[in-house]
Amino acid sequence: MSETTPSNDAAAVSKSPDRLREFWFYFRENRGAVFGLWIFGIFAVLALFGPLIAPYDATTQFRDAALQPPFWQEGGNWTYPLGTDPLGRDMLSRLIIGARFSFFVGVIVVTVAASGGILIGLIAGFAPKWVDSIIMRIMDIILAFPSLLLALVLVAILGPSLTNAMIAIAIVLQPHYVRLTRASVLSERQKDYVTSAKVAGAGIGRLMFVTILPNCLAPIIVQAALSFSTAILDAAALGFLGMGAQPPTPEWGTMLAEAREFILRAWWVVTFPGLAILITVLAINLMGDGLRDALDPKLKRS
Amino acid sequence: MLNYILSRLLTFVPTFFGVTLISFAFIRVLPGDPIIVMAGERGLTEERYAELSEQFGFDRPIYVQFWEYFTGVLQGDLGTSFVTKRPVWDEFFALFPATLELSVCAMMFAVALGLPAGVIAAVNRGKFFDRALMSTALIGYSMPIFWWALLLIIVFSGNLQWTPVSGRIDLIYYFPDPTGFMLIDSLASGQKGAFLSAVRHLILPTIVLGTIPLAVIARQTRSAMLEVLGEDYIRTARAKGMSPGRINGVHALRNALIPVITVIGLSVGTLLAGAILTETIFSWPGIGKWMVDSIFRRDYPVVQGGLLLIAVMVMVVNLTVDMLYGVINPKIRKR
Repeated sequence: MSETTPSNDAAAVSKSPDRLREFWFYFRENRGAVFGLWIFGIFAVLALFGPLIAPYDATTQFRDAALQPPFWQEGGNWTYPLGTDPLGRDMLSRLIIGARFSFFVGVIVVTVAASGGILIGLIAGFAPKWVDSIIMRIMDIILAFPSLLLALVLVAILGPSLTNAMIAIAIVLQPHYVRLTRASVLSERQKDYVTSAKVAGAGIGRLMFVTILPNCLAPIIVQAALSFSTAILDAAALGFLGMGAQPPTPEWGTMLAEAREFILRAWWVVTFPGLAILITVLAINLMGDGLRDALDPKLKRS
Repeated sequence: MLNYILSRLLTFVPTFFGVTLISFAFIRVLPGDPIIVMAGERGLTEERYAELSEQFGFDRPIYVQFWEYFTGVLQGDLGTSFVTKRPVWDEFFALFPATLELSVCAMMFAVALGLPAGVIAAVNRGKFFDRALMSTALIGYSMPIFWWALLLIIVFSGNLQWTPVSGRIDLIYYFPDPTGFMLIDSLASGQKGAFLSAVRHLILPTIVLGTIPLAVIARQTRSAMLEVLGEDYIRTARAKGMSPGRINGVHALRNALIPVITVIGLSVGTLLAGAILTETIFSWPGIGKWMVDSIFRRDYPVVQGGLLLIAVMVMVVNLTVDMLYGVINPKIRKR
């Protein structure tokens, strides 16, 4: 017995780098996904170290330099590379520092929605039929409301702020995880390896989290990437409607809302925040497509 | 078949009850006393407050209030707006045609461009057209549409002056609106230029609202086509010497359409969510803008009723799509 242990350990250790390597092999095939990963990396760095990188503070107002165009246009200069907004704040600095809001919205919303959804989904997959029915009906009810409308009403109830916007978006996104987890649990539960684990005496907690959950993760990870971008878009939309982050926070959607009245006079205050949202969301969606191709064996061929 | 339809219909009942409960509960926990809000800046005496609270039933236990609301809903009574003092039901149906007109145009735009784009991409799989179309679709899919709307306004309304910025028609035109659909009414009015004005007002909102469905339909059509093109009967058709145009256009597309139709049906919720942003930006007098305005005005009965009506609409459409799918594809029924 003691002789076989080391080799077992070695196998266990080498197993997960193998899977990682296999994953990377498939992920690398998709050039768009790798490109998306690079952009996402830059985005993450800006989110973490934004205030150190940005040339100015996000809320400092240079009153004598209000509404300066970007450097390549007449009247612009390199002091404010992407121009200034109506209050004379540097656009580039606001965009860089704004990255963290979108990033943390994505991270927190996905963490909350996924962990809650996975837990409820596991319960629904294992519980008696009537509990399952009740849970799924509740999810149907949440899904019946258009997500942005539900988030909007929830934020109106909780009071407009970025935190409340995140809570609302997490609630709205969570049913997708429940459905996904429950569906894979139901199909995995039939399989032989689960039966043998049960025969070997695994308790229900072990069956849920150790035996079954790792085998359901692939579609959930793909969904996580997708809802990361949905979360960013919805938070920006709420900010744009005045129900998300509040001025003077340099959140990209809120910046767009503030810039709306200058739309025909100063194109850059409207264009850049939206471009930042688009590029970020696009990068995450590219990554999501790559993840799906690399993780989901059923879809690998297409 | 009948069993399938009945069981689907049965799940509708608890969901409907739940949706009513949620839209009711939301409003009861909203901060701010509705009666004080309604009184506005003039304020209220205490007797008047008590009187109003009795009139609206706010002094009774919450479950009694819910039961009355629920039975009211079943009889088509959704309460009265605090602001306009009109029944919520009437307001909804006065504004609904505007949203419907916009949504239908957006959907037609999305299907008219998305289907051919998906087919072309699938037929040219891996080649230049495929890559170009699918990259564009992914950009459309990632688009923050409120920003997209602003960009289009800058270019087409600002720089080029081709399209108006807001509303459904120029204010110089006035005619009766029996159907509520501006395109039909303006045509029926016979006024010169009215129809053209309505069309020009529709263009930008249609593009904005149709962008995401367009991207989704193009992607879905491509993957459905790719799946079908790998089937045996396509190879048989090819072996028989059928022209590629006929194979792709008739044999493959027809079978690829089933999942695409489902996607179209299920995007009603997306359209309504998009309508909230689109209508707000273009001051389009539909239910999306109505809901946003009511939320900001704290017009509780309208928020409550609108939420309920929109959810029920989404549910009915989803249920219909589900059942149609079951009719088209017998495999689904067995689940």
